[in-house]
Amino acid sequence: MNDTAASPPSGRHTLSWVVLEFLGSMNLAITLLVIVAVASVIGTVLQQNQPYPDYILKFGPFWFDTFLQLGLYDVYGTGWFISILAFLILSTSVCIYRQAPILWREMTRFRTQVRLDSLRGFHQRAEWQWLNQRPDAALQAVTDLLQKRGYRWQVADHGDHQVVAAVKGRFNRLGYLLTHTAIVVIGIGGLLDGNLWLKIKEWRGELRIETRDLAARDLPPESRLAPGTIPAFRGNVMLPEGSSANFIFLRVRDGFVLQELPFAIELKDFQVAYYDTGQPKSFVSEVLIHDQEHLGDQPLAATIRVNHPLVYSGYAIYQSDFGDGGSKLDLQAWPLAAPRPEPVAAKGEVGEALKVGGSSGALTLELDSFRLFNLLPEPDAQPGDRRFRNFGPSFGFKLRDATGEAREYFNYMAPVQMEGRWFHISGMRAQPGDPFIYLHIPADAKSSPERFLRFNARLRDTDWLRQRFEHAPVPGENADFQRDFNRVRLNLLELVTQGGFNAVAERAKAVVPADRLQEATTLYLNIVRDTLAEVFVEILREEGLAVEQGIGEQEEAFFNDAVSALAVLPTYGAPFYLQLAGFQQVEASGLQITRSSGAVVVYIGFALLTLGVFVMFYTSYRRLWIWLADEDGATRLALAGVANRRQIEFADEFAGLAAALERRVTGRASSESINQEVSESCR
Amino acid sequence: MSVTREAMLESWEQPSWVEQLNAWDGVWALLVVVGSVYAWWLYRSYMDGYEVAIQIGSTLALIVWGQYWKPARLFTLAAAVLAVLALWRYGADYELRKTSFWLKYFLESQAAFMWMSALYVLATPTYFAAMFTRSEFVGKTATALTWCATVMGLTGLLVRWRESYLLGADIGHIPVSNLYEVFILFALITALLYLFYEDRHRTRSMGGFALLAISGAVGFLLWYTFDREAHHIQPLIPALQSYWMKIHVPANFIGYGAFALAAMMGTAYLLRAGAESRRPDGLLARVLPPLDLLDDVMYKAIALGFAAFTIATILGALWAAEAWGGYWSWDPKETWALIVWLNYAAWLHLRMTKGWRGAPMAWWAVIGLFVTLFAFLGVNMFLSGLHSYGSL
Repeated sequence: MNDTAASPPSGRHTLSWVVLEFLGSMNLAITLLVIVAVASVIGTVLQQNQPYPDYILKFGPFWFDTFLQLGLYDVYGTGWFISILAFLILSTSVCIYRQAPILWREMTRFRTQVRLDSLRGFHQRAEWQWLNQRPDAALQAVTDLLQKRGYRWQVADHGDHQVVAAVKGRFNRLGYLLTHTAIVVIGIGGLLDGNLWLKIKEWRGELRIETRDLAARDLPPESRLAPGTIPAFRGNVMLPEGSSANFIFLRVRDGFVLQELPFAIELKDFQVAYYDTGQPKSFVSEVLIHDQEHLGDQPLAATIRVNHPLVYSGYAIYQSDFGDGGSKLDLQAWPLAAPRPEPVAAKGEVGEALKVGGSSGALTLELDSFRLFNLLPEPDAQPGDRRFRNFGPSFGFKLRDATGEAREYFNYMAPVQMEGRWFHISGMRAQPGDPFIYLHIPADAKSSPERFLRFNARLRDTDWLRQRFEHAPVPGENADFQRDFNRVRLNLLELVTQGGFNAVAERAKAVVPADRLQEATTLYLNIVRDTLAEVFVEILREEGLAVEQGIGEQEEAFFNDAVSALAVLPTYGAPFYLQLAGFQQVEASGLQITRSSGAVVVYIGFALLTLGVFVMFYTSYRRLWIWLADEDGATRLALAGVANRRQIEFADEFAGLAAALERRVTGRASSESINQEVSESCR
Repeated sequence: MSVTREAMLESWEQPSWVEQLNAWDGVWALLVVVGSVYAWWLYRSYMDGYEVAIQIGSTLALIVWGQYWKPARLFTLAAAVLAVLALWRYGADYELRKTSFWLKYFLESQAAFMWMSALYVLATPTYFAAMFTRSEFVGKTATALTWCATVMGLTGLLVRWRESYLLGADIGHIPVSNLYEVFILFALITALLYLFYEDRHRTRSMGGFALLAISGAVGFLLWYTFDREAHHIQPLIPALQSYWMKIHVPANFIGYGAFALAAMMGTAYLLRAGAESRRPDGLLARVLPPLDLLDDVMYKAIALGFAAFTIATILGALWAAEAWGGYWSWDPKETWALIVWLNYAAWLHLRMTKGWRGAPMAWWAVIGLFVTLFAFLGVNMFLSGLHSYGSL
């Protein structure tokens, strides 16, 4: 890429010349380099290839659509980005096309046609006139030195003078060719491995992207690719232990297509190993490859680990993900909104959806995930603190109502100790991007949520409450007061269980004049608290605890935690607390299967690039000219040189040559030269 | 820079480098080979074929490096001797780091890094003092401090390597696996690159600027150690358990170090150019390194960095092809590596074919460091992707 190199045939600015001149120009090349760099930033700032609903959520419908039109969700696969890359490759190719012949000449020929005047115009130059010296001796000295330093040279006799043209490091010129060819080769290889093939198939109408949530067997043929149809792809399959598949899914925009494989892969076993610290140490899949045609009845057994893929007949199989393959869960659903404290047992598999009856119509319970370990920072850890704790098994589920709205839940199996007390923890969120809101159910002496749940159930059992209140009247008050007070208490409890403590404050605001609001709210809340305490003591009594002397510190703490949990319940949104009672884990391994026919091409490009970069930077193309003439028994010698790299070093080298030459010819180091210049730049 | 006529003459009259080899070169090569074979014999049970190949390659590279640049020999030897002393003191008991005097205050990796940090930070003002006072002695002190810091840094890394195995055979790994460890590597490589140019150009005037970048890294390192307690040795996640890490990461940091050095030379260039235009006979215009020297070192550093970065990115791509299912995934880290590469490619094109020099190129080198810094740190901090193990 050298602007000065290719000069046009004078007066013949044909169109093709203009186009070539433009494509091969240095300015265009640099502009393209910068444009590619800037355009690449987009895809790193905006997370690529996420599900479309996530984008809609993030940007809103208008910007979602605008970004979609611009292809920003898959920048590196869009037409405009690939066009820029293609343009860069084209520009580089034109450069090579125009420079190669010039470089070839520079590498193979010596320029022996030089004039003395032009040598005198060089930055590195020296000139002597030696009396009583023959040009032959000087020539001999010159060639000796050149040979010693590994220069190649050619002597041309022009009659009245001789010219020695010497060259060293001509392979430096090859560096240019190697690096620039490498870019083209890598570009082409990358293009072969990109989504070009899918795009072509789609464009020709041979392929339809499936956006519905269909099982593999239901996919129509136009969304399937037979083995060998396209030479490069990258797809994934999630295999539960014990199952096998002979296809993978290729994600395209907001949908997918199915790529069939010429073999089936069966997952025998998936293992996750952990370090003592709890961090994952290895993910290992034991697989069997079934290929009737090539392997016969004997399947190929192999182990796939991270960093150790299996390559089978041109397909590379990677360990890329893991998940749940349908773990079997034993569940206990404790009603939260009903006066019944008894749990309902249920069984389910991760991935299943169960119909459950809710208070406001039928709900769908979607069992989403199961995790055996939850290694998390200690709840009270400071940032930078490296204390982790395994919170044990957990599972996640969604509750979807008839309108399709879903809340997401995340429950731990075992109680978790926090600040010395134990809690059953359940997280909830109404929107996918929100942080979880946690319900901390205090665990009772049996490590069960039962005491709290019975307490909660009693608070909703109006008959039972009324009975209790009547059974234990407030001493020293008349019957009317008793009746009104009990009614107030029942109303307040209903408010609390339906809407939390805020509802009490709201009610006070609605019925009490503003000047007495503060007082009334405090009164109401005190009544609520006393009533809750009364009910709680009753629960303890039912458990057989002696409560006549007041309750212990432990029970008091439990009560406070229970009240906190009650306050969260109205926003919890589920009609039951789903407890994990038992499980049988079934793991699944996420395998990525790829074919990349362009890889070989790209790797050749890598080799060329590496070689080229070093040749270019660490060799220097140096040229020297020695002009020699016999001037009436005296010898005139002009020396000039130029290098394309490492100018400072070349200046030293040139000065060294001049000094050495002088000493050789005259036998002493001091100079008689009429004009000797050592480069300024080395000082 | 002050090459005498005689020296230049010598270079033309001297025999070629092969003929110049002497007994010391043989001793050096022999020492490296013996050391390498001994290390292999001790630890061969931990190594696979690829790792043995990497060791052989490193051995040869070390011989050539020591041949090409003589101070590298003493440097390597000093770090090796200190590391061997530490290993010998440790035996198989990691807990000795708390009780043994020499380990606790000197050779244990954490102690060594603290020495390294202190010495680098000390060397920085010393270099500037040398620049302003033009004192040969102060300059030599600064150089000595930098060399000592670098020796301690390399010793610390070597010892940490062993310490990770003392923690548990399954935990052991080369200490280039997280941000904490590579920051030390960055400081070391930047220092070595600078010391090389100092030696080759026979001037210490650039030292303060180079050490400023290193001190910045040290500052980060100290914050990272004391505020975030990032210095604990962590086991490797599965994605990093590969021999590729041993070559990909160091190659990358030669690139980062060289780019940082170039940016600091660019800064010095801009300062000097500004000083010359405002007060040509002022103090700054006289003591700052000369412009053509800065321009030359800047170019050489970028060329070296670009070559190393090219190799590092290629190695990264080859690793990705083995770990992530393809040599290129447009992962944010990959993409930013490409952006850095394109940026310096454009710089080199302008310099080499358009012949641009001076302030614009210096500005570009400085801005280039911020692009590089984003690729190195920003991606891990702000963007999600496959390189998340390098996060803060």
